[in-house]
Amino acid sequence: MIEKNNSDYLIRMFHVSKSFVAKSALSDISLDIVKNEFVIITGPSGAGKTTFLKLLYLGETASQGQILIDGKNLSRITRKNIPFLRRTFGIIFQDYKLIHTKTVFENIALVLEAAGNKRSYVQKKVKSVLRIVGMEGRNNSYPPSLSGGEQQRVAIARAVVGNPKIILADEPTGSLDPQSAEIIVNLLKKFHKRGATVIIATHDRELIRTTKSRVINLKEGYVQSPKVITI
Amino acid sequence: MIFFIRRALQDMNNNKFLHIVTIIIITLSILIVSAFSLFFINANDLMESWKKGIRIMAYIQKNTPEVRILDLKLKIAQTGNVKDVRFISKEEALELLKNQMGQQRSLLNDLNGNPLPDAIEVKLKASIENWEEVEAIAARIESYPLVEDVEYGQKLIGRFTNIFQLFRFIGIAMGVVFFMASVFIVANTIRLLFYSRHDEFEIMRLVGATDGFIKAPFYIEGIIQGAIGGIIGITVLFISFWIISSNIDQGFSSYFFSIRFLPFKLSFGIIICSMFAGWLGCFLSLKQFLKT
Repeated sequence: MIEKNNSDYLIRMFHVSKSFVAKSALSDISLDIVKNEFVIITGPSGAGKTTFLKLLYLGETASQGQILIDGKNLSRITRKNIPFLRRTFGIIFQDYKLIHTKTVFENIALVLEAAGNKRSYVQKKVKSVLRIVGMEGRNNSYPPSLSGGEQQRVAIARAVVGNPKIILADEPTGSLDPQSAEIIVNLLKKFHKRGATVIIATHDRELIRTTKSRVINLKEGYVQSPKVITI
Repeated sequence: MIFFIRRALQDMNNNKFLHIVTIIIITLSILIVSAFSLFFINANDLMESWKKGIRIMAYIQKNTPEVRILDLKLKIAQTGNVKDVRFISKEEALELLKNQMGQQRSLLNDLNGNPLPDAIEVKLKASIENWEEVEAIAARIESYPLVEDVEYGQKLIGRFTNIFQLFRFIGIAMGVVFFMASVFIVANTIRLLFYSRHDEFEIMRLVGATDGFIKAPFYIEGIIQGAIGGIIGITVLFISFWIISSNIDQGFSSYFFSIRFLPFKLSFGIIICSMFAGWLGCFLSLKQFLKT
């Protein structure tokens, strides 16, 4: 077995638990994710998949344990610095979370504008990403006028436009037809090949079956034995 | 900065109705406050011009020898806040009266002798600040021996001074109330916008936007609303002033003082206050929201 350096780990979790008022969502999770890994978090509904992702981008804070992202301890990140942590991630949501009053272009440009990039760079970069996801003709469309698959492609474009180290996808194919789901999975694989670490939370068996990756199985907040499925 | 201004203008354009209503309310507040300021400035000018002209007439008892009148004149001249004293003999007083009566002077021809008393005209210093001081000086002069009576203008001036003070107090109170109303209205507009766009801001936060990035356009919107409301309010007041003042009998005003509009610095100050109210409204709303 090859020994890994500390610098190889992008995400490290040590005895992480998360409990809400009524119940425990995650219990004693300890795992590492290395750079450029493709990881699938799976498990039945309510197993804690979404909470797992939220803990990484500080959508929720861990009740116990420590999480390191690229060497930074999340428990020491101040509220003011959360936006900078979030720029490490590109997040894709099952419900896309696109702003309906902004055009496709504006939705994607927002990430770069928030990071303080120049207008000329924003224009160039957004156009290039739209081309990669096959949405170059829909610059000025508004999200409600797009199909579910198209909206998810825009969401992927928004997630990757800032060149994040980690792409988090929460049920990215959950509400899509098989054809659209395949396009989405292929896009995620494409960005993985370009160097991003991809973490997908899903219970889509087809996605798990067709993806050569490490699978972390969650059940009632606990990690079941991790396994690697290779097709 | 240009990026945030563009976003603010875009937001205002997307929520025209809400912003127009807010601007109208700010305009009305500014209009009322600045109309009061205009009234005070001119009332103050009027008071100043009256103060400069305030004189006390001390009427001397009949048959007082001239030597004692000179003593009295000297005594009055040494009284505090007295600028100048002049003896007016009863003959001079009658002559003045005849001149003032003009064509009706013939009425005085039938008089048996001169019924007017000798008098000393006392002019006061302009540094006198209130009517109480004038009354105190008059009372002092009246207490001097040989002074039969004093007369110092109409009681109306005294009443006007009190009314002026009352209005000044009400004006300041109204200024504060309307400033708070403007702040409240802007805060409410921003609150409504924030509620309606809550999801949008949540998404912006998720993609790495800082609170400053989200808040900046709102502050600009608040300041723009304040500026537009302030400028329209002052402009409307100026137009109204111009129309009204050109219809007033200019002869009336030129006798005492000339009616004038708010000085540029004050107008500018009111607009700055209006912009500050816009900013403060945003600040109060956003401070509360972004904590959540």
